[in-house]
Amino acid sequence: MAYRAHVIISGDPQQAQPVTVALLDEIGLLGLSNEIEVLAATDLTVATPSIEAIVYPDGVHYRDLTPDNARLVATEHLLKGRPVQNLMVQEQAVEPLDEPSTKEVRVVLRNVGVINPESIDDYIAQDGYAALGKVLTEMTPDGVLAELKTSALRGRGGAGFPAWMKWTFARNAPGDQKYVVCNGDEGDPGAFMNRRVLEGDPHSVLEGMAIAAYVIGATQGYLYVRAEYPIAIRTLRVAIEQAREYGLLGKDIFGTGFCFDLEVRMGAGAFVCGEETALMESVQGNRGQPRTRPPFPATSGLWGKPTNINNVETYANVPQILLNGGAWFAAMGTEKSKGTKTFAIAGKVKRTGLIEVPLGITVREIVYDVGGGVLNDKAFKAVQTGGPLGGCIPEKHLDMPVDYESLASVGSAMGSGGFIVMDEETCMVDMARFFMEFAQEESCGKCVPCRVGTRKMLDILEAICAGKGKPGDIEALETLGRSVKIGSLCGLGQGAPNPVLSMIENFREEYEAHIYDKRCPAKVCRALIEYKIDPETCIGCTRCARNCPVNAITGIARQPHVIDPEICIRCGICAQVCPVNAVSVE
Amino acid sequence: MTLATERATPTILELSSEEKVELDRILEENRGRPGATMVVLTLTQERLGYVSPPMQRYIADSMGIPLSHIYGVLTFYSFFRMAPIGRHKVSICLGTACYVRGGPSLVEKLQQVLGVEVGETTEDNRFTLETCRCVGACSQAPVVMIDDDVVGRVQPQDVAKALRKYE
Repeated sequence: MAYRAHVIISGDPQQAQPVTVALLDEIGLLGLSNEIEVLAATDLTVATPSIEAIVYPDGVHYRDLTPDNARLVATEHLLKGRPVQNLMVQEQAVEPLDEPSTKEVRVVLRNVGVINPESIDDYIAQDGYAALGKVLTEMTPDGVLAELKTSALRGRGGAGFPAWMKWTFARNAPGDQKYVVCNGDEGDPGAFMNRRVLEGDPHSVLEGMAIAAYVIGATQGYLYVRAEYPIAIRTLRVAIEQAREYGLLGKDIFGTGFCFDLEVRMGAGAFVCGEETALMESVQGNRGQPRTRPPFPATSGLWGKPTNINNVETYANVPQILLNGGAWFAAMGTEKSKGTKTFAIAGKVKRTGLIEVPLGITVREIVYDVGGGVLNDKAFKAVQTGGPLGGCIPEKHLDMPVDYESLASVGSAMGSGGFIVMDEETCMVDMARFFMEFAQEESCGKCVPCRVGTRKMLDILEAICAGKGKPGDIEALETLGRSVKIGSLCGLGQGAPNPVLSMIENFREEYEAHIYDKRCPAKVCRALIEYKIDPETCIGCTRCARNCPVNAITGIARQPHVIDPEICIRCGICAQVCPVNAVSVE
Repeated sequence: MTLATERATPTILELSSEEKVELDRILEENRGRPGATMVVLTLTQERLGYVSPPMQRYIADSMGIPLSHIYGVLTFYSFFRMAPIGRHKVSICLGTACYVRGGPSLVEKLQQVLGVEVGETTEDNRFTLETCRCVGACSQAPVVMIDDDVVGRVQPQDVAKALRKYE
């Protein structure tokens, strides 16, 4: 069926869906279903959080689409042939930032936003499943392992264990039944690299898993995806169905006798399930509590059988490596960290979003060249990598290369790829408190040091933020932090103290200012700041007094007003409403 | 992990016939699936809205696993609900500004008007009552969020009126 026109919709899939539904509905109502095809493409950058569409062959580019104006586009443009001018992107209005920066290299993300994720044909047209075909018909499992070893691909979930070694252990482990598992439980706040891959290029993950299954001798695989990613789950299910129809999953794949099938399993809102042994417990239908290691999953994983578990990004790299050769992959990156890595840049940076860069790029290049620099040109303070289990990189390490070893050497971690930029207005005590609150809430409770230790650390941090810190608190945090690290079974407990410890190491003076001077240098902690009205500037308009929720401001009209710090709750409304900026924070 | 703070609604002791039909269907679909517990519970919540104590018992008996295991799984993961939530969510802000401006008296009043405690749902399934931290509307304190609407400067006597338009 040849279509008269194609509409390609891009944007965050969760937001784009209602627009797509409205557009399809309207096209159906207008009787154009046989003439116009609507394709979904997940876009890459989230610099402009807008739903956009391009209508071909006209090449008209629409932005800021809502379900309502999508219907308008259908009636006006698609039916009557009159492009809707006020929704069109004007040539000069296209921000150059939306283009991938020159420092980026897309391997894992190469198809994301380019192909229709719900079309296996699109993927095949981009050499999809060619690697699986090559592996099954021309390569031995050992040949695949050798290629992987040459590539030096390391696990992209955070720990960075060499993939070829993991696969070799699982291959050599004796067992009648083996499993392949994909960790799609991307739980770090602010990280969404894997979500975009699953939503935008699901077949690359399926193909990587099938290759792993061939190497280790597995016949069944599980994709564990967190419940917060409904679109990813749906896309994967469609992809698996299509792969089965094409004979790329199931029995006798490529006529080689190799059998492999996949099932998607959904998480239910537990961060700890991103830990591999907890994840496997969850797949088995249990509470997601980590197991003691050893034995490692490679010898005793799902249901006690040899299991290979990697994350989404690791698997998505595999087909590319086998098609282009391990040497091609190893040519990117540093001596010990090869290839590219996806990061989700967030926080106080001009251009937030998803990027893929060769490992070995410096922190400075990511923040300033790819991210466009610190928001509002404030002073750079630090970058948090590795999410709530990682650490911070202060300014003095800006020129440090981003690779597994360098990050670990400064007390941070690669993690799955969260990259949060913090500026001078970020309080490092408050930030540590935020991460500790997260880790405390998500601690599964199995290991006492993690369950109780994170609670105690959070109590201390909350007290410091509330101006009730006392001498010895910093030392107590350090001692507790070390105990939690060494006394916990899994990565959650071992990593939870990292943000606090690395922030104390790099910004100890901020902690001391909170405790000894009862002062928050970044002016964030409410108990330690005071709002003041400058009597010289105040024009006595009474606006602040009228808006104060607790009536802490007094003064006569046309006379300077005064804030009573005893009553003031530091909500900041007065500063927002003041027409002459007379309210300052101290 | 959050503890099981949700109280089971004491009035529901038996499965309704619709619930039983749906549960049977879900159990049948997943018969023989390895590690099916989570899958069954997820589907139950997806199709029936929550996993009530009678549903838990029915699933445990049908799958031949202890009820304690089902309960353990449900309480471990934050996504599962054991009681239905209402069509509308009423959250009273208890941030500092709202707190000093009478948030707690709104809690009292709403509990009285709706006849439920915080965290519970009215019998007609219309409202679920919750409290929340600062929603960033301090100048309007005290604030009540009804679904996504911010209702500001709420006095206890206005509460009933504010709820009227949410059916």
